[in-house]
Amino acid sequence: MTDQTIIAVVAMAGAALTMALGAIGAAIGESRIGAAAMDALARQPDEASSITRTLFVSLAMVESTAIFCLVIALILLFANPFTAVVGG
Amino acid sequence: MHLRIFGDPVVFQIGPIPITETMITSTVVSMVLLVLAVVLVNSVRTRPDHWISVIAFLVVETFDNMVKDIIGRRHAVVATLSASMFLFIAACNLAGQLPGVHPATGSLATTSALAAVVFLSVPIAGIQTNGLWNYIKHYFRPNPLLMPLHVISELSRTLALAVRLFGNVMSGHLVVGLLVALAGFLVPTPIMALDLLIGLLQAYIFAILSIVYIGAAISAGTE
Repeated sequence: MTDQTIIAVVAMAGAALTMALGAIGAAIGESRIGAAAMDALARQPDEASSITRTLFVSLAMVESTAIFCLVIALILLFANPFTAVVGG
Repeated sequence: MHLRIFGDPVVFQIGPIPITETMITSTVVSMVLLVLAVVLVNSVRTRPDHWISVIAFLVVETFDNMVKDIIGRRHAVVATLSASMFLFIAACNLAGQLPGVHPATGSLATTSALAAVVFLSVPIAGIQTNGLWNYIKHYFRPNPLLMPLHVISELSRTLALAVRLFGNVMSGHLVVGLLVALAGFLVPTPIMALDLLIGLLQAYIFAILSIVYIGAAISAGTE
């Protein structure tokens, strides 16, 4: 195996691992947010608009960690800084 | 198949300045929005009971109420800023659904610029409302030891703002591109519909978060 192949294999494995673990975390967080929001909506249907707004904002906050993972995975796959240096 | 994630193809050059595709799409979107704004203003001035004017009133009223709900009082400047953010981002995201158009918000440069605008307007709003001394004091508020954390949180939320929008729009576009290459006609349609929803939602979230950040700076000195 050349250095280039090793880097490519490690980058692919790293991207897959990044995406898998990042998705797990974000999924657990978002499910808890959704459950809590439904609970709050059932208790106070009058506050629906403010609950929904907070729900969306917090979903986006949690979602962004998964998006960071996606961006990192894409950098590893398509814009890997080490392939250019070694492989040329 | 050509994947485009971080690159931005240069279309042509004016002197030393490369004009990229993103610059062209965002300029076209801004022009369309400007023309729409002129039409709406004209219609509000001349025929206030026409349905076009009603749409204009509705948009302004919605953002005014949003700012009032979050900050606690009406604030025309913040409402204008967030409404412009929302309209520009939403228009860019929706323009990405047109064939052959790459959404301008799917480029990290555009989203970083938008996040930088929010980042800079936070201290401006805070200093204008509370005065320089009160605004600086809020960094040392519960405890001076927490000052680095305040600074880091301001920087990291700006980064999060930029990368969140970029990641969502770019990944949506990428998934549609992959599905078109793999499956072809009609299969990516549900994903494109989801993309429409996500595009509007991300624009809404960007606007809400900028109001929240600026509102926090405005109310920083009153605690």
